[in-house]
Amino acid sequence: MEFDFSAEQKQLKEQVRRFLADRCDRTAVRRILDGPEPYDKALWKGLGDLGYLGATIPEAYGGLGAGYLEACVIAEELGRAVAPVPFSSSIALAAEFLMLAGSDAQKARWLPKLAAGEAVGTLALAEGTGRVTPASIGATAVRHGETVRITGTKTAVADGDVADFAIVGAVEAGGGRGLSLYLVELGGAGVVRTPVVTVDPTRSHAQLRFDDAVAEPLGPAHEGWGLVQRVYDRAAVLIAFEQLGGADRALEMGRDYALERFAFGRPIGSLQAIKHMLADMYVSATLARSNCYYGAWALSTGSAELPDAAATARVSATQAFQHCARNNIQVHGGMGFTWEFDCHLYYRRSNLLAVSIGALSTWEDRLIECLRARRAA
Amino acid sequence: MNFDDTPQEAKFRAEARAWIDANAPKELRAELELAGFGQPALRSGDVLAAGKAWQKRKKDGGWACLHWPKEYGGRGATPIERVIWQQEEGVYAKLSSPFLIGQGMCGPTMMAFASEVHKLRHLPPLASGEEVWCQLFSEPVAGSDLAGLRTRAEKDGDHWVVNGQKIWTSGAHYSDFGILLTRTDPNVPKHDGLTMFFIDMKSPGIEIRPIKQVNGASGFNEVYFTDLRIPDDKRLGAVGQGWKVSLTTLMNERLSIGAGMPTGFPELLDLCCTFDTGNGLAIDDPGVRSKLATWAVRTSGLRYTAYRSISALSKGEIPGPENSIGKLVAGSTLQEIAMFALDLQGQAGVLMDPALVEASGRFQAMLMRSPATRIEGGTDEILRNIIAERVLGLPADMRADRGMPYNQIPTRTK
Repeated sequence: MEFDFSAEQKQLKEQVRRFLADRCDRTAVRRILDGPEPYDKALWKGLGDLGYLGATIPEAYGGLGAGYLEACVIAEELGRAVAPVPFSSSIALAAEFLMLAGSDAQKARWLPKLAAGEAVGTLALAEGTGRVTPASIGATAVRHGETVRITGTKTAVADGDVADFAIVGAVEAGGGRGLSLYLVELGGAGVVRTPVVTVDPTRSHAQLRFDDAVAEPLGPAHEGWGLVQRVYDRAAVLIAFEQLGGADRALEMGRDYALERFAFGRPIGSLQAIKHMLADMYVSATLARSNCYYGAWALSTGSAELPDAAATARVSATQAFQHCARNNIQVHGGMGFTWEFDCHLYYRRSNLLAVSIGALSTWEDRLIECLRARRAA
Repeated sequence: MNFDDTPQEAKFRAEARAWIDANAPKELRAELELAGFGQPALRSGDVLAAGKAWQKRKKDGGWACLHWPKEYGGRGATPIERVIWQQEEGVYAKLSSPFLIGQGMCGPTMMAFASEVHKLRHLPPLASGEEVWCQLFSEPVAGSDLAGLRTRAEKDGDHWVVNGQKIWTSGAHYSDFGILLTRTDPNVPKHDGLTMFFIDMKSPGIEIRPIKQVNGASGFNEVYFTDLRIPDDKRLGAVGQGWKVSLTTLMNERLSIGAGMPTGFPELLDLCCTFDTGNGLAIDDPGVRSKLATWAVRTSGLRYTAYRSISALSKGEIPGPENSIGKLVAGSTLQEIAMFALDLQGQAGVLMDPALVEASGRFQAMLMRSPATRIEGGTDEILRNIIAERVLGLPADMRADRGMPYNQIPTRTK
């Protein structure tokens, strides 16, 4: 048994951390938070130039073909830096859809650009509010000879304002035979994008309105829902590592502040109420790390346990990041509630990632179904 | 990142499995599976005798204290082999609970500080379960503040004379030997005046009184010493170095990594998959599912945290501090799960009567035992202090007795 990352993977993690310390410090994150740019284009391109975006993408499509363990350590560092880049939408989701179900032409067209940081892709699935189910998808697809056209509205699409293409879930008009997936270029006619305000302005979102927009089928017709679930299992592990990185950093920020802030003539970190709060944050982050390693193992080996492992990592990392981010503010006291301090960057990101690809309760359900099936087996 | 056995590990696992299959007391299996937490009670007979029989058989087959050197009764196995053994031994490991403290804590302390003669005399029968050991540390006034203990050892020629009282001594009533932490110098600060010994529990001057616990059982004892005489050659470490020696003992807790501490989750999942609330199966209730998910990821998190430590050990590294979370997480989870199971059972949740309750009232037994898990071997609060100070590097607690000679430390009576 070897339940750890290899020396080379740890070295890669160090390299990514140094790169991000240089190119994605708080000034860089705040430029996106406070400014008009939707994401940090130079950073995105820089990540692509170093091969960090193409870890999982085969060499034939411009990636490194390195593997998922490498992608996990990169995701962790991006989460730690609250990097304002479209990693989860482009790499954890769009690239995975293409690799699992894309045609050769679709892969050849988009994967090299995603790997290079020259394109942004995303998933446009959810409509309205509430849990996403097959029945909640109202967007329709109509075939006109050789082409398909989509009509419908998708809410809160991550990077929907800047993405070059989206994987769109829709049902055939008059159909009812199950969800199908389509690839839609968002710069084309019949697509209206409206940026929306979210809890985390460092990761832009938009509403997408399709009105007879041209689309290409992605994967077999009517099998979209199953495909989404398979991609979610993969994306969940990568996003869990982002959450883990964020949780660790929020814990460190709280610890550092507790050491430097004095009250009652002593560092507040010597008060048991503060110590115990930080110890509990450490417990959450440690449980999440161990569960994420389980997810990384299952993802990298193509294990049949991936659905269990992904749900385990996702639930644990979501809880840990939310716990550490909210208590980091608590340790900072009033200063933690200011725009000036960075605590809110983590609080925002933790709550954004908690509901991306399905909220915590959805993943709790997935986990319980896996455990029940395993028990019955 | 790899969970699979290497060929050597697979071979070892097959060997262990075959031996267990041929030698384990299979007639006890069903009862052990249903047994609650802590030391199991066997309706079919004397649990200590059954435990000693299993331990002796393991020793004779070369499967006791796997990581100990062979000359002391072990197998000289690697950390990974030890874990594989634990996985294969499974439910039968419950039979070895009377030996956990002796083999997990007293043995390693003896290995580090006893003379070779004593090691060769005492470690093999400790490994075989023929001699049981206990750990005499806590006192009525010295629990979390262990270094504040009072039991006095005074030099008398080549002997020491001990007077005082210990408490919460697990298994003292069936132990043959024990390691004993005493105060030998009350005139210096509390950590500097302690000395460690090992003692024969059958010596004159020792009186053992069982403590009746919340759950009605009596696993713990009070132990009184009246002019107990200990030869100086049974001292472990130098005079005044007892605190350092005790840290070796306690450090071994971190290294004695098993399959992770029980949280009660598999038992609760079983209940929820089979229990009809009147509104369908419990597991189909969204509120139940959410709680189950939280306890599931805590349980798996503990398991994989232990795996990470094992990986470090197998590479010859010292495991990181991550394993310090084990008991802290497991204790409160056990208690929460027990309370939740009773809640699911509704008014019948009060029943502990084995004649009336399915599954022998295991959650009720868990409920009544779980408060101890959160206290013994370091309270939740002490564990949080340890994580905060040793892992996160936060300042130590401010102490009113810092640097003060022991005999001048304020107490309730002075």
